[in-house]
Amino acid sequence: MINIALPKGRLGEKVYGMFEKAGYACPSIREDNRKLTFENPETGVRYFWVKPSDVAIYVERGAADIGVAGKDILLEYSPDVYELLDLNVGKCRMCVAGPKDFRDDPSQTLRVATKFAHIARRYYASQSRQIDIIKLNGSIELAPILGLSDVIVDIVETGKTLLENGLAPLETIVPISARLIANKANYKFKYNEICTMAQRMEQALTQEK
Amino acid sequence: MFKQEMKPDEQAMMALRDLYSAYGYQHYKVSKFESYDLYVQNKNFLQSKRVLTFTDTNGRLMALKPDVTLSIIKNTKPTAGMSKVYYTENVYRVPKNADGYQEIMQTGLELIGTVDDYAMAEVLMLAERSLRTISEDYVLDISHIGVLSGLLDSQALDEAQRGEIMVAVGERNLHQLRALCSRFDLPQQFSDTLCAIVSLYGPLDEALTQAETLELPDSCRTAIASLRRLSELLALTGCRNLRLDLSLVSDMDYYNGLVFRGFISGIAAGVLSGGRYDNLMAKMGREQSAIGFALYMDQLERYFARKDEYDVDILLSYCEGCDLAALIRKANELTEAGCSVRIQPEGAGGVHARKKLLMKGTEVTELD
Repeated sequence: MINIALPKGRLGEKVYGMFEKAGYACPSIREDNRKLTFENPETGVRYFWVKPSDVAIYVERGAADIGVAGKDILLEYSPDVYELLDLNVGKCRMCVAGPKDFRDDPSQTLRVATKFAHIARRYYASQSRQIDIIKLNGSIELAPILGLSDVIVDIVETGKTLLENGLAPLETIVPISARLIANKANYKFKYNEICTMAQRMEQALTQEK
Repeated sequence: MFKQEMKPDEQAMMALRDLYSAYGYQHYKVSKFESYDLYVQNKNFLQSKRVLTFTDTNGRLMALKPDVTLSIIKNTKPTAGMSKVYYTENVYRVPKNADGYQEIMQTGLELIGTVDDYAMAEVLMLAERSLRTISEDYVLDISHIGVLSGLLDSQALDEAQRGEIMVAVGERNLHQLRALCSRFDLPQQFSDTLCAIVSLYGPLDEALTQAETLELPDSCRTAIASLRRLSELLALTGCRNLRLDLSLVSDMDYYNGLVFRGFISGIAAGVLSGGRYDNLMAKMGREQSAIGFALYMDQLERYFARKDEYDVDILLSYCEGCDLAALIRKANELTEAGCSVRIQPEGAGGVHARKKLLMKGTEVTELD
């Protein structure tokens, strides 16, 4: 039995569709009920929905053998897991964004509002830039508008929200997409099952292309 | 009747001590503190970079020991010949992504002096036996740093590039490795070989045969040949569940050659970690070579968490004004029969007992 942590929401449903195509269907997951785990003994899988940012924790701690997490989460928390596959869905970019006409003043500490404090810190450290991190949990775009910060570091999908608020992506830090991750210890003990799963997912991916 | 014995983790600890001393390893005791300098100089050797410090009465900066190996190297004399020691110590670490500290029970052994094929085989065999002491369901992953470093040395890569490649290797992240290779303008053949090495995983013997078929630089071949010799020696010791995992990376500034990691089914992280650390010895100004491993007992505590629901066999409660002489006689009778008994006033609570007895006057009744 392979335990799979899926991220709640649109991305998770899309990813479940990929598992289904790869031969790991679990019809009960589509039923409308309040169950938390869904099992299909025939295909040997058990799925559960968790908050997207928690997937990596479930996998790192071995409660899930396999999980699907955004690269943003993996870069932010650096969990000790294997990254087996780029699923090529949930694509977006980790960006520095700010006012459209933003002019950087290198003589001043840059104030950066973000949910991704580690990513931001690492990015600016690699440029030896002094920054002041302002950790927010949502509505990051508001920060430069109200003068709380100079720029933000956040995920940009289409850039529409930014545009409507007079902001623009300034630099791309790294492209993001959903990744298939595995717990390092469970990978050893369920090696064949997990490898077969990763291979079948990869095949399903190439077919889609 | 059930009698409370040593807890399983205590039993395992005893068995491990017996195992190590059976092969002539001596028990080694180190102090809880060390001068902070020792860790500053070797920060990257530590699993967690943050160290708990305090000042002693002379104003010297001290640290609560986050690691035992460094202390052992420091305290063994270069002229003393070979040392084979084992230890059971608490170490103090700051958990990842969190504050505060953890006190972790760690046991392990170190062999300092001359590390030849026999020495490596012996340490690996003891690592394998240690895992087997704890559970039948284990694997010991083995790797040789020389394979990967030999391959990376074949290309002109700077520190940062090597670092990025190593991270992807540790994640078995093939798509990232391919992306990096093309970003760094490395030849396709190098990228293919790197991915082949990283994705190789299987029983030591078979996987080595596969590795031997790969097109590799000479230094990699030397490393693989040394693993082959080890594999042959280990076959004679009856070691099982050995796997080759060349994606296993450890800091090359400290480790060289053999590295290994042990896993137990049901424990999410590795429980055993070890390797050959001649480079660390050299950094500390020592010419000897050395190899060792550590077992993280904190992980095992939960694994062994008693499935048993009861704290004692019998709870013997007594009412007010009951005959204490009779109570003592009853208690003696029960303990002599081999039961554990907790005696307390009626209604005091706080204990899960297999069987409950109540003494009124001189009468004993069983409660359900």
